[in-house]
Amino acid sequence: METQKTVQKAIQMVNITKTFGEVIANNKINLDIYHGEILALLGENGSGKSTLMNVLSGIYLPDDGHIRVNGSAVLIRSPREAYQLGIGMVHQHFKLVDVLTAAENIVLGLNEHRLLDLKNVRAKVKEICDRYGFVVEPDKKVYDMSVSEKQTLEIVKLLYRGADILILDEPTAVLTPQETEKLFVVMRNMKSDGKSIVFISHKLHEVMEISDRVAVLRKGCFIGDVATKDTNPQKLTEMMVGRAVSLNIERPEPKNQVERLVVKNLTVLDSDGVKRLDNVSFTAYGGEILGIAGITGSGQRELLEAIGGLQPVESDGSIRLILPDGREEELCGKNPLEIYKLGVGLAFVPEDRFGMGLVASMDLIDNVMLRSYKQGKSVFADRKAPKELAEKIVQQLEVVTPSLKTPIRRLSGGNVQKMLVGREIAGNPSLLMTAYAVRGLDIKTTHTIFDLLNEQKQRGVAVIYVGEDLDVLLELSDRILVLCGGKVSGIVDARTAKKEEVGLLMTHLGEEATA
Amino acid sequence: MKNDNKYTEPFVRISKRGVPIPIWKAMGIRALALLAALIICAIIIFSIVKLNPLKVYIAMFEGAFSTNKRMWVTIRDAMMLLCIAVGLAPAFKMRFWNIGAEGQILMGGIVSAACMIYLSKHMTTLPMMLLMLVLSILAGGIWGFIPGIFKAKWGTNETLFTLMMNYIAIQITAYFVALWENPIGSNTVGVINPRTKIGWFPELFGQPYTLNVILVLVLVVFMYLYLRYTKQGYEVAVVGESENTARYAAIDVPKVIMRTTFISGAICGIAGFLAVSGASHTISTNTAGGRGFTAIIVAWLAQFNSFVMIPISALLVFLDKGAIEIASRYNLNNHVSNMLIGIILFFILGSEFFINYQVKFRGSKHQVEFQDGKHKEVQA
Repeated sequence: METQKTVQKAIQMVNITKTFGEVIANNKINLDIYHGEILALLGENGSGKSTLMNVLSGIYLPDDGHIRVNGSAVLIRSPREAYQLGIGMVHQHFKLVDVLTAAENIVLGLNEHRLLDLKNVRAKVKEICDRYGFVVEPDKKVYDMSVSEKQTLEIVKLLYRGADILILDEPTAVLTPQETEKLFVVMRNMKSDGKSIVFISHKLHEVMEISDRVAVLRKGCFIGDVATKDTNPQKLTEMMVGRAVSLNIERPEPKNQVERLVVKNLTVLDSDGVKRLDNVSFTAYGGEILGIAGITGSGQRELLEAIGGLQPVESDGSIRLILPDGREEELCGKNPLEIYKLGVGLAFVPEDRFGMGLVASMDLIDNVMLRSYKQGKSVFADRKAPKELAEKIVQQLEVVTPSLKTPIRRLSGGNVQKMLVGREIAGNPSLLMTAYAVRGLDIKTTHTIFDLLNEQKQRGVAVIYVGEDLDVLLELSDRILVLCGGKVSGIVDARTAKKEEVGLLMTHLGEEATA
Repeated sequence: MKNDNKYTEPFVRISKRGVPIPIWKAMGIRALALLAALIICAIIIFSIVKLNPLKVYIAMFEGAFSTNKRMWVTIRDAMMLLCIAVGLAPAFKMRFWNIGAEGQILMGGIVSAACMIYLSKHMTTLPMMLLMLVLSILAGGIWGFIPGIFKAKWGTNETLFTLMMNYIAIQITAYFVALWENPIGSNTVGVINPRTKIGWFPELFGQPYTLNVILVLVLVVFMYLYLRYTKQGYEVAVVGESENTARYAAIDVPKVIMRTTFISGAICGIAGFLAVSGASHTISTNTAGGRGFTAIIVAWLAQFNSFVMIPISALLVFLDKGAIEIASRYNLNNHVSNMLIGIILFFILGSEFFINYQVKFRGSKHQVEFQDGKHKEVQA
């Protein structure tokens, strides 16, 4: 009886435990994966999804527990051994060699033949593509590929190696809605071919749409699994978070709107002389959230960095900041130090948390003082006030950390972002710029961040929110500025605009763009 | 490969320790490592050169400490190494790969020697000491500052730059050695002011090297405070981690790079002053003697904590002195003693792995339990 039961299970993970120092990423997790199903693995950030899948794909050896493939216990010590067992994983950060072609990447590391038979590879790749509906150009170099193409290549690479169990770690995070649809089509094709797919995602509507079964992790423990047809987003959220959470985003009515930031004719060239921002003009008001939408790389980063003084701008533009006390300052052409000395309260939550907003190896206190350490005349840095502030942020935003002295990189993504946003808000800003402030965050933290932004808005701060999720932008912002190819293709009222309308502006310049 | 798919408990499972182990246990592991190193060394000594290992160890110890003079020379050399490591710390903390300490030491040494040669008739010891200190700071500082400017303004690669600055410094030293040659034809400068001892570190408390110790310990304290508690030290750390973050935090990155490279070079310059005025009382192209490179190891091992650098530089100098002693006493060639040093360092550094990681071998009944998110080790 025992054997009969286990045959249909492709994978059994038994009692898997994995720790990183004091963090228990996986605590005695038991997870089964069946043949021919799409299993969604849900969990908040830091709940151990990626760790568990890294164990399955041979990247980590668990501290305890074992894995059964088709009923027999195995030891998976490397991704190569995982491949041999038919297990493959597409990571959030692709593992491709940029200067090689698609076909070369596919055979890389296989050591099948002494001589590369690329012709044969191409034929086999074509066969896989035809079977599941992929489009891969075998001779295209990876550096010429879009994110979506790279992801497709990663999946084809796994199938080429004969993977029967595919693990996709947040595959849709980097895709546009249209690309996501395409991905789902091939996922369904693979499923009907008998493959098992583990789909990690934060987006509940995607989980509901694509999966057959949902397994939920919370704080390193397995909470339970449920057939997708028997559940709904609200129930899943409760399983993930451990209590009921509202999924609606609040949008208080803006009041006392005053001109805060007036940008005129802003142009930014990159080091190659390519225009990243082209004659951008707009006004942001105190007391509103101005959403900024656009396909990734349309100039969002350059826009915020130019306002913050981190990006050299062409001299004919103007960035005027009008403070609540009536003072007016021109920020164009100033560097961050000069802007700091103006004391205008410019808060900026950059996209690259560890590469710009925080210092990964420093503790919470040292990170909190990053923006304010210059205060005072003493040659010694004051750590008392930052310590109090760090304590306050940890308490108010419920940051989970072993101590204030913990290096911030050891915190989970959500807690890191809470510290960053908390610090930026603590400086009583007049203008708060955020870039992808909720990227990769779980539902609970996402809503905490939205609440903080709304709070600032009601305080009369001008909030600029660069986002990628159109649904969120439409629910949270008051107005949405759409960037396309470095130009403003339109500014719409978020309360009345349609998703399709904004989507169209993202890809085509509107009429008023060059006005 | 296919056979590997059959399940067997892996031979060893390694995981990072959750709770750091208590200090006495950590010290115990280190002591065990040292013991293991000595045993392995003993086997090698016995099997290769057929000597009594115990006698060799005693010789090593005697080489470093047997007489008062030897002990003080060991201390002096440890201080010298420590001083350079302290100087390198800020640069490396800023991720500025200063491998130009050799050159910075030589520049500090040249100006010190110049003072001793040209000013011995005009100045007394105290003002001359101060002058030498200031000049060696400037000379070493400028030698560190030049690659700093190029890095800050034009983004040049400091590794190559500082390395090549060493060769320039060696050539300049060679020129001055020829200029100051004494006696003529010896191709050395010889001991400067051997009778008047002007420009030599004065004896304090009856020992010739007390001043070296005081000077270097002051620098140790200074660097500890500087890196840990000052705003400038904070800036150094931020720039080292990410220049983008530094710019975001309104830090003037080029200024920090130039300032830090000057400080780093300046302290290495002081080391040159120590070497010439406080130790050898002469100058040669070997004055730095590779210590500018050894100090890199010291600085990194100590994770730029200048107090931790003290035992590390002491250990390295002790091993070096011991190796020289056994080489000369037992007519061994240098390689054997270097092998011993290598083995001892390997074990001591390797023991850190067992302090930071937990290693579970196949078949052990050792289990880890988790309760309330806390580790609990259970002997089943």
